[in-house]
Amino acid sequence: MASERQKKTRNFCIIAHIDHGKSTLADRLIEKTGVLTEREMAEQVLDNMDIERERGITIKAQAVRMIYNANDGKEYIFNLIDTPGHVDFNYEVSRSLAACEGAILVVDASQGIEAQTLANVYLALEHDLEIVPVINKIDLPGAQPEHVKKEIEDVIGLDASDAPLISAKNSINIEEVLESIVKKIPNPEGDEDAPLRALIFDSYYDNYKGVIVHVRVKEGSVKPGDVIRMMNTRKEFLVTEVGYFRPGALAPCDKLYAGDVGYIAASIKNVKDTRVGDTITLADNPAAEPLPGYRKVNPMVFCGIYPADGAKYEDLRDALEKLQLNDASLVFEPETSAALGFGFRCGFLGLLHMDVIQERLEREYDLDLVTTAPSVVYRITKTDGEVKYVDNPTNMPPVNVIDKMEEPMVKATIMTPTDYVGNIMELSQERRGIFKDMTYIDEKRVILTYELPLNEIIYDFFDALKSRTKGYASLDYEFIGYKESDLVKLDILINGEIVDALSFIVHREKAYPRARKIAEKLKETIPRQQFEIPIQACIGGKIIARETVKAYRKDVLAKCYGGDITRKKKLLEKQKEGKKRMRQIGTVEVPQEAFMSVLKLDV
Amino acid sequence: MQTQKNDNTLGLYIHIPFCKSKCYYCDFFSFAGREDIIYPYFQALKNEIESYKGILGNYKIGTVYIGGGTPSVVDANCIRELINNCRKHFNIEPGAEISIEANPGTLSFDKLATYLDTGINRLSIGMQAWQDRLLESIGRIHRSGEFIENFELARKAGFTNINVDLIFGLPGQTFDDWTETVDNVAELKPSHISCYSLKIEEGTVFGDMLGEGRLKPVEDELDRQMYHFAIDRLAGHGFRHYEISNFSKPGFECKHNLVYWEGRQYIGLGAGAHSYFNGKRYNNTYDLNNYINCAAKNQFHRENIEEIDINGQISEYIILGLRLIRGVDVDKFKMKFETDVFDLFGKQIDRLISRGLIEFNERTLRLTKLGLDLANQVFIEFL
Repeated sequence: MASERQKKTRNFCIIAHIDHGKSTLADRLIEKTGVLTEREMAEQVLDNMDIERERGITIKAQAVRMIYNANDGKEYIFNLIDTPGHVDFNYEVSRSLAACEGAILVVDASQGIEAQTLANVYLALEHDLEIVPVINKIDLPGAQPEHVKKEIEDVIGLDASDAPLISAKNSINIEEVLESIVKKIPNPEGDEDAPLRALIFDSYYDNYKGVIVHVRVKEGSVKPGDVIRMMNTRKEFLVTEVGYFRPGALAPCDKLYAGDVGYIAASIKNVKDTRVGDTITLADNPAAEPLPGYRKVNPMVFCGIYPADGAKYEDLRDALEKLQLNDASLVFEPETSAALGFGFRCGFLGLLHMDVIQERLEREYDLDLVTTAPSVVYRITKTDGEVKYVDNPTNMPPVNVIDKMEEPMVKATIMTPTDYVGNIMELSQERRGIFKDMTYIDEKRVILTYELPLNEIIYDFFDALKSRTKGYASLDYEFIGYKESDLVKLDILINGEIVDALSFIVHREKAYPRARKIAEKLKETIPRQQFEIPIQACIGGKIIARETVKAYRKDVLAKCYGGDITRKKKLLEKQKEGKKRMRQIGTVEVPQEAFMSVLKLDV
Repeated sequence: MQTQKNDNTLGLYIHIPFCKSKCYYCDFFSFAGREDIIYPYFQALKNEIESYKGILGNYKIGTVYIGGGTPSVVDANCIRELINNCRKHFNIEPGAEISIEANPGTLSFDKLATYLDTGINRLSIGMQAWQDRLLESIGRIHRSGEFIENFELARKAGFTNINVDLIFGLPGQTFDDWTETVDNVAELKPSHISCYSLKIEEGTVFGDMLGEGRLKPVEDELDRQMYHFAIDRLAGHGFRHYEISNFSKPGFECKHNLVYWEGRQYIGLGAGAHSYFNGKRYNNTYDLNNYINCAAKNQFHRENIEEIDINGQISEYIILGLRLIRGVDVDKFKMKFETDVFDLFGKQIDRLISRGLIEFNERTLRLTKLGLDLANQVFIEFL
């Protein structure tokens, strides 16, 4: 039986494809329930990282509590848990979903259902959530709410007949959404007197309070003074504070009960002690069984990250450690490169995750980085039967001891207007994709399903897809396993020396075109120097592509008179600065961009 | 350290920012079609000269250079008055080198006679190229015929020290065009020739054309071929290569420009003119109207005032000194800065020598032939 408190609580999240207005709707809900005054409302309260705002994406799950006076005259507590919208951050989504009873599904009235919409809906259904569809951006020209409703019914199988038609941006029909939350999303349940079981769905480190553990209390209650135990790590802590979330702030309260979403602070020094997915119970009255956790997420994409200035190695380590406190999915370990010096091999959930981490390192920690091209994790079986996972091409064993090489495969779901089916098929074929399925959503849109090697996706697949479909196609993918493949390691030699940071593993058929492209790209990126620089690409000692950077013939300022001296000196200083930023490989100076240039090839 | 202690001679630069039209490669501070403010501008110059009255009392002016723009487009009487004003308030040494820049087609016998009469004794003519099709393609208003006429006129008027400015590496210029230019100019027997490798600057017509893909710069290989041809051919005509881009008959080096390359002091007058005085480098405002209006109120705003500290002085001394073919005399360096250049830059010098960019002979550091082509690679090592 639900308690009175539980009957008046609604825990929900908002799911949507990127750009369909999830964060804007969250802001409106917060505004309408009066948690914040308008003055306090910065645009998109919940995306509080600069990168999130600029890119219009949500990276970290955020939670906020609102009080809503419903039409039935009662006061309801809403706990909104914001979720990331991007495929890379699915793990964050599923964590958030486990803390909710319902999800608002936001669909753009002109765009309709996209790949990410479907992916999120399936995740929500897996968690048994009640899904409340909402059609957004109805005031935009091109809005087809009735068509989108039908799409939701046909493709997802949800009843969308009374879905609120809203504009989050212009505050149209937001009340309808609030009422739907009350009416459609089930209230939480759970025995308040049972032993405590609280699910950790996120955590972050606060300099004053220690780790702030985000929890959904499923059973029992917790208050300051209790000694809690992490059921998985067996660690125990004395609770110093419990409370709930206000936008951008913590609001302490006396006690958290079954059905509540809130936080626990217990002077926890190490985020690793509060594993997301773990269950918290009380030390003196422990629960018998933990709650079902989440499946552990493994990094899919790896790259080397090096400080541009070798002296900043420790700073880079500190920054990575700090980021990891709030992002358990980021992994890293020290590595050394002959070309780049000391750095870290970092693992990410996907390309966007990698991008975001790099950008945060550069912006929030003011680091100048050199990153190598990303690699997936290959599974290599050696002739002696040993199985090795290789995330850095440099660590690939010699060919003569390799019995079998396998690469990670994904199932890619691409939604597209029918006009672009041909282009997508062509692209997928170029990327070694295996066609699996094509389903018509309606006469104008289809869902294509392909099996693709992940290493083809990390080479600029998103950009290629966008450019070949004028931005109309959307993509979602999930890891489905390893598959044997004819892979080779491609080495790049600059002036006769192998540059370890430029080596990569590629399918044999792709090796030639990619080698040529890389050699061309490097030729463009490496500035002329005093001598001719050969650039070669080779497989196991056999050269398959070659370019030459010609020696420079002229580097001189013809004029330098009284009025020129200051300006010319500045030019020379800039030139010297540029030279300093280059990496010395043998006698060749290689600009840092060269290491990333292999990324954008589209072959 | 008082490196300027005993140096009480100054170079004087006067900027005349007016032109008949703007050439396609030109990024100098100059304007076409502003004849309306020529007289107010000269009034402003007069005021600026007076503003230095008390300050330069103890200094001698060894060289005067009237540059532009095209100083020869303005009425010769303006120039006469300008020089008279300078003589009135400054200590111009007897025998000082006084240069003026001129463009073909803007000179007359009377104008040249007036110049000589005021004491101007060096004429620098912007010829740039011999071939009319090239002159047209770079936006020059003159043709080679006018250049020859003006050159002869200057000789007749009595100029014995004449420089001719040339540009190589022009879009569409062939090697043969260049050899023809060099030979024809050398045969006219000027006392000085400057040969500049074209640099396409942003904000010029050429810069825009390059950005739009409408201009194909010459290959560096051809540019260098032209450069080294000039060095060799002019040597045959009796010209000494004395600075990266400058050649002269013995004794006719431009004394004013040597002030810059030897790191000595200079005062710049006029809008956008630069000065290096009392250890500071600064420039006048680049805003022509602002310059004129403020000068009327005897206000002269110095911008970008930069104190050149000892390290800066050393860098500049080496960088500018290496532009000179005679190079940097390490003993003179030691006397001037009371420190050994090898203590400061031993490693850099070794590396540059091993790269074949500089040589060290007779106690002097010099750019090699290769170093002349890659001088920036040398200069950045001394920053």
